[in-house]
Amino acid sequence: MPLRSKDLLTIEQLSVDEINLILDTADSMKEISSRDIKKVPTLRGKTVINLFYEPSTRTRTSFEIAGKRLSADVVNISTSSSSVSKGETLKDTGKNLQAMSPDLVVIRHSAAGAPKILADALPASIINAGDGAHQHPTQALLDAFTIREKKGTFEGLTVSIIGDISHSRVARSNVACLTRLGARVKVYGPFTMIPYFVEELGAAVAPSMEDAVADTDVIMMLRIQMERQSAFLFPSLREYSTFFGLNLERLKRAKKDVLIMHPGPVNRGVEIAPEVADGPYALILEQVANGVAVRMALLYLLIGK
Amino acid sequence: MSRRKKLVLNGEEIEKSLKRIAHEIVEKNREGEHLVFIGIMRRGVTLARRLSRLIRDIAQVEVPIGALDITLYRDDLSEIAAQPLLRKTDVPFSVKGTKVVLVDDVLFTGRTVRAALDAIIDLGRPCSIQLAVLLDRGHRELPIRADYVGRNIPTAANEVVEVKLSEDDGVDEVMIEEES
Repeated sequence: MPLRSKDLLTIEQLSVDEINLILDTADSMKEISSRDIKKVPTLRGKTVINLFYEPSTRTRTSFEIAGKRLSADVVNISTSSSSVSKGETLKDTGKNLQAMSPDLVVIRHSAAGAPKILADALPASIINAGDGAHQHPTQALLDAFTIREKKGTFEGLTVSIIGDISHSRVARSNVACLTRLGARVKVYGPFTMIPYFVEELGAAVAPSMEDAVADTDVIMMLRIQMERQSAFLFPSLREYSTFFGLNLERLKRAKKDVLIMHPGPVNRGVEIAPEVADGPYALILEQVANGVAVRMALLYLLIGK
Repeated sequence: MSRRKKLVLNGEEIEKSLKRIAHEIVEKNREGEHLVFIGIMRRGVTLARRLSRLIRDIAQVEVPIGALDITLYRDDLSEIAAQPLLRKTDVPFSVKGTKVVLVDDVLFTGRTVRAALDAIIDLGRPCSIQLAVLLDRGHRELPIRADYVGRNIPTAANEVVEVKLSEDDGVDEVMIEEES
């Protein structure tokens, strides 16, 4: 059973079977990154364009490496050094890129819905690599992959997502993905950062930081996004870190086999203490490694035929 | 369209063919030194396991087994209707300097073997690669031949050869399905 859509724009578009297909395929792809020759010829002759309107190290590099391990030609466009800075519209940029016959365009944009505009305008496959505060589906899929690898199943698992839920596309995609797979999700953060109607997404609001940390199997810390509105929503970084940061003291009350995740980049000493980020329960770098496998799976499933 | 099925090999005949192949492999490879088996998913892996067991009885050597999925090396991904499910390649040893015996159930066009050769060489440089198949049904599209063949069976190009092995399918048998 292949994927139904030519694009990956949101988690909501995926059925549980499709999510499992992506995770199973990623599981098979992971082995390639451990070889001496980290390359297979599957996407030879295919062109992937990374179109990033926002800064990114992890996600852009991850897509680039994923494409190259599958032998696709990968082209990176960063908007600061392209026609976008001359005022070209998104649709025009898309159409011009399409004229060069790419098979897939990976887009990150500060506006929610930008990938949808591109997906409707272009015959090429589109992958949403983060659009505003809307969705970041590949991050959610790699997080689910990492959890499944460690815990084996989602049934009976509780995942806490802590931080600025309102402005987090990672949180939005993760809630959708994890609840679909059968996990219970609760969110926590300053009240100013908990969106209204978060329950409608399928997540509960944890009553306290203690509850969010102690009574859970996975703790997902979100980055305080200084480039978005986050900074106006609490008095100071120090106060944020005191009440909503994950430190060793708080972690003492967590389950013995708790997993700690963070989508990166980490603000050390703000949402997560360095000793926790570098500690034995933290999976932050495994998430990055798994990101390549998950993106290889998506490239294969979307344009591998 | 109605289809007729014909039994071409039963369990006993499959076992006999594998025993003969095992003997030939031992004879040709000086008692199994540096020998490794790499089976092509999925039934090639099952056959590799059986051959390894047989060779342990014959020559008292343990031949390691790897599993190879050739999906990512196929030359027909753009032509087949349904995208094949990717399975995990698991070759838990270095192929460098080994004598690889590639194992599959049916040799047909030779395209799967071509893909497998590329896949193995991407894992490292073996000393040699030989090919063992349970059945050779002809109709080659590439210059490829097997070193060890269980049984040659003449087929028409539109016939379907179905290999069942007890580990995967509960029964040992080879059927030809012909359109009539």
